[in-house]
Amino acid sequence: MKARIFVTLKGGVLDPQGRAIHHALEGLGFGGVNDVRAGKLIELDLADGTSDEDIDAMCRKLLANTVIENYRIEKVA
Amino acid sequence: MKSAVIVFPGSNCDRDLAVAFEAATGSKPAMVWHRDTELPDDIDLIGVPGGFSYGDYLRSGAMAARSPVMQAVAKAADRGAFVLGICNGFQVLTESGLLPGALLRNAGGHFVCRDVALTVENAQSAFTSRYDAGEAISYPVAHHDGNYFADAATLDRLEGEGRVALRYAENVNGSARNIAGILNDKGNVLGMMPHPERVIEAAHGATDGKRLFDGLVEGLLARA
Repeated sequence: MKARIFVTLKGGVLDPQGRAIHHALEGLGFGGVNDVRAGKLIELDLADGTSDEDIDAMCRKLLANTVIENYRIEKVA
Repeated sequence: MKSAVIVFPGSNCDRDLAVAFEAATGSKPAMVWHRDTELPDDIDLIGVPGGFSYGDYLRSGAMAARSPVMQAVAKAADRGAFVLGICNGFQVLTESGLLPGALLRNAGGHFVCRDVALTVENAQSAFTSRYDAGEAISYPVAHHDGNYFADAATLDRLEGEGRVALRYAENVNGSARNIAGILNDKGNVLGMMPHPERVIEAAHGATDGKRLFDGLVEGLLARA
């Protein structure tokens, strides 16, 4: 069983990396980009039967810092 | 007077901090490896040093905050031992929940490495007793993730309770309210981005940091 964890900065938390990417896209001539936010994708290969509670606990205890980040869990069959 | 400096893989200010502790206490601190689960009995003072613990993987300080030794540090802090986290050590303390908030990437996107002007906001704390309230001092900084963030309610509480120990006198990294160092609610844990251990003797070019260590140790000895 696999799970993908998407970790993103909360709204209102400054993202200098996203801003730098935005500038670089503009430098390449791509207009029309309103904003860029960069996040992380963490792929977990899990033992079958790992509970949703355990995956959520992994996110809260380590994978995301919930002071500044949100996370979303996507289970892959 | 027992002191210790925690050493993580990737710490690089641990020896500087040990020199500062030894100069102030008169004895060598124990160097405690991150996998250790216990600190020396009746430890009085613990340093969490600067560096790039675990290569800053995941988030600065995130892996170190979950290492075995940090549970022992939290236990010691709870019992009243003094804990000083500098730079990466500050990041470790916020990641471990010993201090509120988080350290984000510098707002300017750049690594900042220079002397910065600071204001001592709270001169009543055990860490700052040898400074005057409002005193202007200078410590070096060297960090990429020093942009202090907390929600408005937390910031208000920190300010209201006198827990902002040090403030930048200029915008260095985008920190909320120019916060450079904060105390926990009991006043025995201080986290700060600037490096006092790099300005403790004449050969460093400045000695503004020496009073932090001397004042802290003096207070600890008086308490004992």
